[in-house]
Amino acid sequence: MSAATAAPTTPKAAGHRAGKPRRPRPAGWWLPYALLAPAVIFELLIHVIPMFTGIWMSFIKLTKAFIANWGNAPVTGVANYNVALDFNGAVGAGLLRSFLVTCAFTLLVVAISWVLGMAAAVALQKNFWGRGFIRTLFLVPYALPMYAGIIAWKFMLQKDTGAINHFFYDNLHLGGDKPFWLIGDNAFISVVIVAIWRLWPFAFLMLMAGLQSIPSDVYEASAVDGAKPFRQWRSITLPMLRPVNMVLILVMFLWTFNDFNTPFVLFGNGQPPAGDLISFHIYNASFLTWNFGSGAAMSVLLLLFLLLVSGIYLIVLNRRSHRA
Amino acid sequence: MRETQGARIFRIVVVAILVVFTVVPIYVMVTSALKPLSDVQGPFSWWPSSITFTPFVEMWKTVPLASYFVNSLIVAGAATVISLIIAVFASFAISRYRFLGRSIFSTTVLSTQMFPGVLFLLPLFLIFVNINTATGIQLVGTRGGLIITYLTFSLPFSIWMLAGYFDGIPHDLDEAAKVDGCGPMGALIRVVLPAARPGLIAVAIYSFMTSWGEVLFASVMTTDANRTLAVGLQLYSTQTNVYWNQIMAASLVVSVPVVVGFLLLQRNFVAGLTAGAVK
Repeated sequence: MSAATAAPTTPKAAGHRAGKPRRPRPAGWWLPYALLAPAVIFELLIHVIPMFTGIWMSFIKLTKAFIANWGNAPVTGVANYNVALDFNGAVGAGLLRSFLVTCAFTLLVVAISWVLGMAAAVALQKNFWGRGFIRTLFLVPYALPMYAGIIAWKFMLQKDTGAINHFFYDNLHLGGDKPFWLIGDNAFISVVIVAIWRLWPFAFLMLMAGLQSIPSDVYEASAVDGAKPFRQWRSITLPMLRPVNMVLILVMFLWTFNDFNTPFVLFGNGQPPAGDLISFHIYNASFLTWNFGSGAAMSVLLLLFLLLVSGIYLIVLNRRSHRA
Repeated sequence: MRETQGARIFRIVVVAILVVFTVVPIYVMVTSALKPLSDVQGPFSWWPSSITFTPFVEMWKTVPLASYFVNSLIVAGAATVISLIIAVFASFAISRYRFLGRSIFSTTVLSTQMFPGVLFLLPLFLIFVNINTATGIQLVGTRGGLIITYLTFSLPFSIWMLAGYFDGIPHDLDEAAKVDGCGPMGALIRVVLPAARPGLIAVAIYSFMTSWGEVLFASVMTTDANRTLAVGLQLYSTQTNVYWNQIMAASLVVSVPVVVGFLLLQRNFVAGLTAGAVK
């Protein structure tokens, strides 16, 4: 099949670029490009072109009046950015608060998910009765469709009909009134717990896969030398998992910082300030005010921040591994 | 090797805490789906006052769940198949050829994972609308538009994982196939793909789960004609009564296909991760 298609293509391509013939291209040089073409086309259409369109949108005045004919929207330069970064104005202050909430949220969710995932992976490293069942059970929150798990939590966190308040105030008889969990300051606790519930099984899965590649005789040798389990974890497990952890923490950071589903399903139209994560904030800012230029500017700022953090993270880690 | 007392206590405590944390929401979902409406409208109870299966019957009437289910099945199924085929070709190129632009492609594709969805949600919507006015192909409010959007979401991770998997398959195998008269495509289809079956299954599960659970784009790109479960499930709470028992029943029903599939094939998934990520 490939030989038949190669015949007409190669001479044409060669003739087209024959300005400076240095070395004849090997037959079939175009094959990898042809194999990549579908992936490139779809990535361009769905990710790259829209991203550049989004950057362009952030420089125009794309408000409700111009949505129908957005080609005619006036170019306003950095006006959208000035509004978004003016922390004394209402829009800028809202964005800054949402950004800080998201930073705290991400830090807590990634750190706790990693600790839980690591603890579970280590606890399940050695075989014991029921290990396979427990491992499967731990993966259920990850396998559930995102919205299904979050909706179950939403029900549990209801003030009067939910399981959480029932447990603390009816079963344990804590004094006082039942609190709201989905509005007010408690919304932050709720969104953190729900996000951890969903994320930690992924850390567990990755770390479990990583642990399988550590040969068991390393542990046996260190046990002969008298190493205690914690010492083994620090000196064998942690360094051997370093490549997994590098990828895992970056991926968890990006997913968590961009998390839209958890607040969207949990709060719906409520939008409590304490649970106003940045993607949710930008979505609402765009669709409530119909000011898409301003929403695009906020998204670009978010992207720049993520690029900056990821870049620093990778540079620091690479430098450290070169030194070691 | 004997387990120390400390390690044993650590294991029991960790497993106990995580089992409770994992199970409580699932328990609440299952028991609440078996409750009559009066149970979920009053104070919470850990056990139904009477066990009933009516929520599983009535949930199809409260919102048109069946048509959402069909939409989700078609969208997620088609996105999975197309994305798998595209990812196989792309990862074969990355794993087996050294060519100009190879590393740029890999880096660019992986870095699209970083883009915040809200950044390209609206531009994509506007592009789809413009494609419609220019060519007459309707992409907003159709399954086709959702399918091509979703297939790109799983593509980067699928290519990365499959390329790692293909790297683990000895090149001698393809060479042997070529000696026997296979072209590069013949080697891919007859030798590499059969050897990479666990990796292919892992990637297919991942793609299906991604499309089945997507909420953000579904909330903007769907109309009544192509609404998926991700949005449809939330319509229960916009009713005058909040039918929590029906919501829990519906959540259970829509979770069954993916959870069962994932749990049955989790070994492949771990093997695929080990090959792609852990090297």
